[in-house]
Amino acid sequence: MNLALVKPTMDGAASDVFTVARDRLPGKGPVAEVRQAAFDDFIQKGLPHRRIEEWKYTDLRVLLREVAPLAAAPDQAALDRAKEVVTSLDVNGAHRLVLVDGTFAPQLSDTTSESGVTVQTLRAMLENADIAARADLLRTSVASDAMISLNAAMATDGVVIDVAENAAPGKPIHIVHIATQSKAAAFTRSLVKVANGARATLIESFVAADGTAGYQAHDSVVLWAGNGADVQHIRLVEDARDAANIATAIVTLGERTQYRAFNLTSGGAVCRYQAFLRFGGQNTHADVNGVSLLNGRQHADTTLVLDHAVPHCTSNEVFRAVVDDSAHSVFQGRINVHPDAQKTDARMMTRALLLSDEAEADNKPELEIFADDVQCGHGATTGALDDSLLFYLRARGLPEKEAQALLIQAFVGEAMESIADEALRDVAIATAERWLAARG
Amino acid sequence: MSALLEVRNLQVRVEEREILHGLSLTVNKGEVHAIMGPNGSGKSTLSHVVAGKPGYEVTGGEILFKGEDLLKMDPDERAAKGVFLAFQYPVEIPGVATMTFLRTALNAQRKARGESEYSTPDFLKKVREVAASLNIPQEMLRRGVNVGFSGGEKKRNEVLQMALFEPSLCILDEMDSGLDIDALRIAADGVNALRSSERAMVVITHYQRLLNYIVPDFVHVMSKGRVVKSGGKELALELEESGYAQFEDQAA
Ligand SMILES: Nc1ncnc2c1ncn2[C@@H]1O[C@H](COP(=O)(O)OP(=O)(O)OP(=O)(O)O)[C@@H](O)[C@H]1O
Ligand SMILES: [Mg+2]
Repeated sequence: MNLALVKPTMDGAASDVFTVARDRLPGKGPVAEVRQAAFDDFIQKGLPHRRIEEWKYTDLRVLLREVAPLAAAPDQAALDRAKEVVTSLDVNGAHRLVLVDGTFAPQLSDTTSESGVTVQTLRAMLENADIAARADLLRTSVASDAMISLNAAMATDGVVIDVAENAAPGKPIHIVHIATQSKAAAFTRSLVKVANGARATLIESFVAADGTAGYQAHDSVVLWAGNGADVQHIRLVEDARDAANIATAIVTLGERTQYRAFNLTSGGAVCRYQAFLRFGGQNTHADVNGVSLLNGRQHADTTLVLDHAVPHCTSNEVFRAVVDDSAHSVFQGRINVHPDAQKTDARMMTRALLLSDEAEADNKPELEIFADDVQCGHGATTGALDDSLLFYLRARGLPEKEAQALLIQAFVGEAMESIADEALRDVAIATAERWLAARG
Repeated sequence: MSALLEVRNLQVRVEEREILHGLSLTVNKGEVHAIMGPNGSGKSTLSHVVAGKPGYEVTGGEILFKGEDLLKMDPDERAAKGVFLAFQYPVEIPGVATMTFLRTALNAQRKARGESEYSTPDFLKKVREVAASLNIPQEMLRRGVNVGFSGGEKKRNEVLQMALFEPSLCILDEMDSGLDIDALRIAADGVNALRSSERAMVVITHYQRLLNYIVPDFVHVMSKGRVVKSGGKELALELEESGYAQFEDQAA
């Protein structure tokens, strides 16, 4: 019997990934009950497939086939390998919180306390019977989705971060996910609360130790930004080329809140980033931008659902995909403007650049508007590099690859403008430059 | 001594249609040639083929540049060897800052020639000088290449690049179109400043007026894909008087 298989049609085998891991999952009593309920929900739904509207272009039954067995807690050798990754990270000067194969690694993390920032591990909180509402750490109310349920059932660890009211920590908070075990799955879940008036920058990196292959990273982030809070949220997905990264962000914004998100996917074989954003207070603005840089046979899906539930909020989404070889980019962006959400200004623009004949891009921007006094717009384009621009650059002396690189950088640059922090923008630009240099 | 540019019996097709039917032109160092001719006679086609634009099929003839087979070279190789085309319609490149573009292009050419790359301060100094002489404000250089530039500004940006790259062959395709009288004079002064015994110019224009500023040594009339008449600068004046009708028959 293959314990790793989750084939929703085969109930016996499907449960195994959970049954086998159950004793290692932190939290007893009510926590275990929530896990069981979440897993039941997952089994009932099964891995998402193309007949599920939200997963139409990313059929996990084909792309993922099965959920890998839960990764073991890292031993010293794993931590040593993870340490090498930490020292080579592009992001410097951040408050670093490292999760190795889904387990918090204090040895690799910054333990010095930052004023106004409290960090706990999810594991410790789930295991702490004194926290009455500990089971809520695994609950989400926003979305019903098989992969969110699977994550809730299986989450081994994560960080729970509180940024105090009006705090403005000097350093960004950097959650680093490092995979060291091949063919294993890590399930992480982090909760971030940025209280009223506070400023915070959250960075998430997904990377692997050298030689780690065929692993899966399953992650959820639940983020609250209070009234007047200003939050920057950067994600850098640089997983190994044959890895899977299935991640969800559930974001709730207060009043007069600024939320600027940027997701960069350049690694992984199968990636899904789904973000659910809810505007819960007026006069709030969100920028939700993203870039996918794909080649080989990579498949990356960015799915955004924005709920404008209250009046006077603005949102802007700029997404760019550069797709080479036989890679496949998916962008789905849905803006729901609720009946009360008058004066909403929501814009979404997605563009895909195809660098080869086999490259593929699906763009699906959607607007659901139930209020009458709003300004909403969306657009989507897919195309190749403009020959007349390429010729102009070449006629000025740029070799073909350099001319292409300059145009590709310009293409993705617009989406990177929302990264307010210059050092972080440089990290994103450097990642794009590395990707371009690797094209040869 | 070989000519700088030697076009011999050039035949070019675009999408199965022959546009140039055996065109010959010899340009030596130090010379300024004007090419005039009715719309659609193939002037831009010639300039594109010399610069190496894809999409043209050369079915006969040859182009030698400094004695080398130009048609075998990629466009960027040609640029590095000293071919420069000031486009009739310069394109806009959003997201690529003009300064970045200029530096990348200049250094790519220098690298291809085995020369050292410019340091940033040296480069900036050089651009500022050239821009000032062409009345191009620094602010324009911070924008995307040609983005939001007026027609005249785009043309001045072409002259700026020419001055910066110091090519040995400058082909100016209707540099005067869209320029107001003052801009024309400034651009022409920029071009004249580049005239030297080591450099040649091919000036494509419809109007005698430009040739008052950039005085040619030779004037060629193109019609229907051929050079149908060549002469001195007085030929341009003659054309202004009598138009192209007399050549249409000859070319047919
Ligand atoms: N890509 C193309 N496909 C089809 N025909 C083309 C193409 N490019 C040029 N031609 C044709 O070739 C002929 C010559 O065009 P060209 O642009 O060289 O003329 P020109 O002398 O520069 O004209 P103008 O004075 O109007 O600039 C024209 O009949 C034009 O329609
Ligand atoms: Mg023309």
